[in-house]
Amino acid sequence: MDLAAVFILEILYSIAVLVLISAGLAVVFGMMRVINLAHGEFMMMGGYATIMAVQAGVNVYIAMLIVAPLVVGVIGLIVERLVIRFLYGRLVDTMLATWGLSLAFTGAAVMIFGNTTTGVSTPISGFTLGAYQINGYNFFIIIVSILLLVAAYAILRGTRLGLVARGTMQSADMAAALGYSPDRVYMSTFFVGSALAGLAGGVLAPLVGLVPTWGSAYIAKAFITVISGGASIVLGLLSSATVFGLVSQTFTFLSGPVIGEVALLVTAIILLRLLPQGITGRFFKGRL
Amino acid sequence: MTISRRTILKSAAAGSAVLASPAFIRNAFAADPIKLGTVFDISGIFDAYGKPIDMAVKLAVKQINDGGGLLGRPVEHIGYDTQSNMALYTQYAQQLTRQDKVDVVHGGILSASREAIRQTLRRANTLYFYNIQYEGGVCDRNCFVTGVTPAQTTEVQIPYTMEKWGKKVYILAADYNYGQLMARWIQKYFKDGGGETVAVDFFPLDVSDFGSTITKIQTAAPDMVYSALVGGAHLSFYRQWAAAGMKSRIPLASTTLGVGSEHLVLTPEEGDGIVVCYNYSPELDTPANKAFTAAWGEMHGAETVPNIHELAVSNYQGILLWAEAVKAAGSVEQAKVIEALDGGLSLDGPAGKVTIDPKTHHATLDVHLMEMRGQKLNVLQSFGARQPIDTQLVCDLVANPDDNQQYEIKI
Repeated sequence: MDLAAVFILEILYSIAVLVLISAGLAVVFGMMRVINLAHGEFMMMGGYATIMAVQAGVNVYIAMLIVAPLVVGVIGLIVERLVIRFLYGRLVDTMLATWGLSLAFTGAAVMIFGNTTTGVSTPISGFTLGAYQINGYNFFIIIVSILLLVAAYAILRGTRLGLVARGTMQSADMAAALGYSPDRVYMSTFFVGSALAGLAGGVLAPLVGLVPTWGSAYIAKAFITVISGGASIVLGLLSSATVFGLVSQTFTFLSGPVIGEVALLVTAIILLRLLPQGITGRFFKGRL
Repeated sequence: MTISRRTILKSAAAGSAVLASPAFIRNAFAADPIKLGTVFDISGIFDAYGKPIDMAVKLAVKQINDGGGLLGRPVEHIGYDTQSNMALYTQYAQQLTRQDKVDVVHGGILSASREAIRQTLRRANTLYFYNIQYEGGVCDRNCFVTGVTPAQTTEVQIPYTMEKWGKKVYILAADYNYGQLMARWIQKYFKDGGGETVAVDFFPLDVSDFGSTITKIQTAAPDMVYSALVGGAHLSFYRQWAAAGMKSRIPLASTTLGVGSEHLVLTPEEGDGIVVCYNYSPELDTPANKAFTAAWGEMHGAETVPNIHELAVSNYQGILLWAEAVKAAGSVEQAKVIEALDGGLSLDGPAGKVTIDPKTHHATLDVHLMEMRGQKLNVLQSFGARQPIDTQLVCDLVANPDDNQQYEIKI
């Protein structure tokens, strides 16, 4: 019984992590069609921003939830102005440019922080559930992910801002004709996407040993989740993260982490073979 | 030998020079330096290992020269940075042997880098020292290994932890050559001591989420967990283990944690109480180590002393051992130095006594059981003269001097 509860919690946690690491990419790639290969590095910078802030004496929650997204959002803004804005609609070119960016960011992090591992401790202590000890921080990550999804849904669906952003992504010319500047909409959307990546990096930082190459471990998973999710941002993210989280944790638990990763990739291949448009290309069509 | 006009002219010129100024030539010969070549990854992803090694090499060379050099000649250090790039090892090894014509090479960090240059140096008859802890099994008369091999430390560490904590172990290891082999050694010593391995899990180097593993460990309820995890991503395990509150429930031992100064990264709450076993800790309370850390602090700054790791110290000791052998042989010639090293030469280094085992060209070393406490590796107990018993199982250079391979040790 205890084991079942712990197991379910592990699955929820795994889904939450997938949602968290993919949310920024869902905006940048899913909405804006920019293949951002530097997504992992945005996360890495969020992690470093958190650690730097904590070391400077900032409260760890403020560092994770506010400092990290802001810092990375601003970096994203600079990147958008200098590089990305010339490349909208040129899918392959964005891939090359952001790949270069990812190498540059990793190199810069090595120069600034050195090639050593850093980190902060988790702010929440573990607790007992029956015969098991559970990492209390897992709950925090699950809650952050739920809030993130709810907020994204509410903003995209319920506010004028969300409507304008979605409209511009669908037809920039039409949005321009109606008096909105696509340039600025793109800019602010990229800011939000980067900030989400920074948030993911910040929230995950206390769980890991942070190195400049840390981001590369997440980039593939983030892309797989976003692509398998399909056109709808919130529902796509949630549905594919649920499938992958469930599969990978079940297999990890039954055999080991290697098989867990393999199971995730095999599921992704089968899923894309059966549903080339992603999960929301067939189900929940037209929803957010 | 064919005698051409050119060689005659050359020898005539040299002869006349000798006749003209014999005193000058003799002086030049006396000051002709002995060349010590090194190849290490001082930049790139392995620089956490390579930088302290480089500092240790510079300290060793400085101390030799301050003491009047070797055989009345100064030692010149020719070092190349391989930038964590395996291809550069081959290139720089060629350069060291052909262009710089060095008398000895100390170098290599990863096993892959050692294998990239070992044959080149053997063919060029250039003496080679690999001063790094590694998986064991290299059998090559030209190659001396002064780092520890798995059996030397686990042989001591496992009986200690079994007595302290119990008989059931859960093993976590990195999924490559070293981790696989280490897991087998841990299993062997637990079996020998009447213990039991409840499970072994291997992790690719980029795995950083250990949540389900921690649950699995609790289900298996072992008396202790042994970790042979490697690298930055795997450091997450210790963090998540502490965050789950497991530290007070199941004790941890590791065969890798601390080699790259990881104990400075983990907070005391995360690291305290983990038992490890290595050849060196900066906390070693011996006169040799005190003198060493003082000299290091003077040359490189006292703030770098906590960064001294085992790999740096084994390279320091490797160079001094070579220097002793050169003195004993009265020559830098490869054959004579090997003979001197085979004659049971030993050195009292900062990590303890190092003696070359003539059968394997590995080292008999002291190992120290340590416990992490307040971001330091505190020494619990020292064990003298541990033989390289793993490599001794497969390698005998006395009986078989032309052997040249790395054996996979069957356990």
